[in-house]
Amino acid sequence: MREVYLDHVATTPVLPEVLEAMLPYFRDAYGNVQSLHNWGDKAREAVEEARGKVASLIGGEAEEIIFTASGTESNNFALKGLAMARQSKGKHIVVSAIEHFSVLHSAKTLEKWGFEVTEVPVDKYGLVDPDKVARSLRKDTILVSIMHANSEVGTVEPIKEIAGAVKKSGAIFHTDAVATTGTIPVDVKEMGVDALSLAGNQFYGPKGAGALWLKKGVRIIPFLDGGVQEGGKRAGTEDVPAIAGLGKAAEIAKAGMAARAKRLSPLRDKLLAGLPKSIEHVIVTGHPTRRLPGNASFCVEFIEGEAMLMLLNSKGIAVSSGSACTSRALKASHVLIAMGLPHEIAQGSLLFSFGLDSSVEDVDYVLETMPPIVDRLRQMSPLYSKFLKEQKGGKK
Amino acid sequence: MPVYNEKVMDHFMNPRNVGEIDNADGVGEVGNPVCGDMMTFYIKVKDNHISDVKYKTFGCGAAIAVSSMVSEMAKGKTLEEAKKITPALVAKQLKGLPSNKYHCSNLGAQALNKAIDNYQKEHSKAAKSKKGGKK
Repeated sequence: MREVYLDHVATTPVLPEVLEAMLPYFRDAYGNVQSLHNWGDKAREAVEEARGKVASLIGGEAEEIIFTASGTESNNFALKGLAMARQSKGKHIVVSAIEHFSVLHSAKTLEKWGFEVTEVPVDKYGLVDPDKVARSLRKDTILVSIMHANSEVGTVEPIKEIAGAVKKSGAIFHTDAVATTGTIPVDVKEMGVDALSLAGNQFYGPKGAGALWLKKGVRIIPFLDGGVQEGGKRAGTEDVPAIAGLGKAAEIAKAGMAARAKRLSPLRDKLLAGLPKSIEHVIVTGHPTRRLPGNASFCVEFIEGEAMLMLLNSKGIAVSSGSACTSRALKASHVLIAMGLPHEIAQGSLLFSFGLDSSVEDVDYVLETMPPIVDRLRQMSPLYSKFLKEQKGGKK
Repeated sequence: MPVYNEKVMDHFMNPRNVGEIDNADGVGEVGNPVCGDMMTFYIKVKDNHISDVKYKTFGCGAAIAVSSMVSEMAKGKTLEEAKKITPALVAKQLKGLPSNKYHCSNLGAQALNKAIDNYQKEHSKAAKSKKGGKK
């Protein structure tokens, strides 16, 4: 059977060069970064080299990079660490309604700790309006966190404009750039942000490797207390292989950035145009143009996402869905609901995410495989038969 | 490890008795798209037995497998027997469901029960009016 992995949003594969860059730090150079002997020196060199490469990918300085174990950790660190460091100035925080749960749930925790959180809504494309962010700012607003792009619907936010609005208020601006770093250009200076989260497994690096970029001079409360690792901000023995892999992935991403988007966008566009053509009642979710190059997201009406996902899997195609049934919490995607989609349509969510290993044949295979799957599920859907009856009734 | 066991996958991949019955003796609808699952069961009744059962289901893999299993369990049973089909029994017949999907199995048995209730209500009405006609 043909195997087509179109779930790069869940994780990308690790590039062979990245794996090669990691292996020495398991085998020979296994020292602890903090040790004062040759073994320690080798590990330290690897970590500092990676720090430089990651910084270079996002236009920051090496000493502004704090390595973490995931994008989720970086977001937790940013939200809680920055809020706690600034609480004497105020207790108001602003986030968007479509942030990743690692931001939204951190904000919830901060509410329990006595902070106040405002959620800025999005439009039907998932876009955050910079004016709405500006209007949500108060004298006591200390922190704003708006994502660079939403991986579920692909919408890329006007971060520069939002950052500009926030800057005037004196609040700190953090952006979750997990979906964009390594995929589209990310430049912290150009964007005008104060803090930025990234994760290695979104751009062909290993899982368990993330980073928080924090502008020089911005105070943060340490996330893990302990030793002096990561400038005392994130204690714990450094995961040298993971960090080395992240560095290599960053280096490769920087060199191949333009080629990546060029390779992915035609695949995305072919599917975005092709699927609604080959199947009736399919809605493209997310923004038509401000969109991640590898993201093609849809809602297929009258049927449910998990059932589609399973039937696609039986044909060798791996995808994601934001339906209630696919989430362990059994709730439909908060992103689609925030964009104003009714629940029954959000249930039909399906997300194809392309990567460097994807091909135009993969798109053809999806376009050929999807219609019978949708047809089969619609044939057993009470919503579809209701729709057909209503349509018939209307025609009379 | 896959989320669903082989039995559930079999009923999901090859659901039995899918469809509608045009002149059904009883119809039962449960669920709503907000929670993710919706099922409509149709039954034909002959001599107090369920002679035919069909359904339409909007929902996840478990919801479809549950509907299929309920339809198999109900076919040929007396109405009293069929009413004893519980979510727990359905899950047992399917050799287990993931814990967070367990609520889906509630719907299948519930929808069948509603269809039987619907039949019994209509039937007793019809019997009454028949009686009334004889007077």
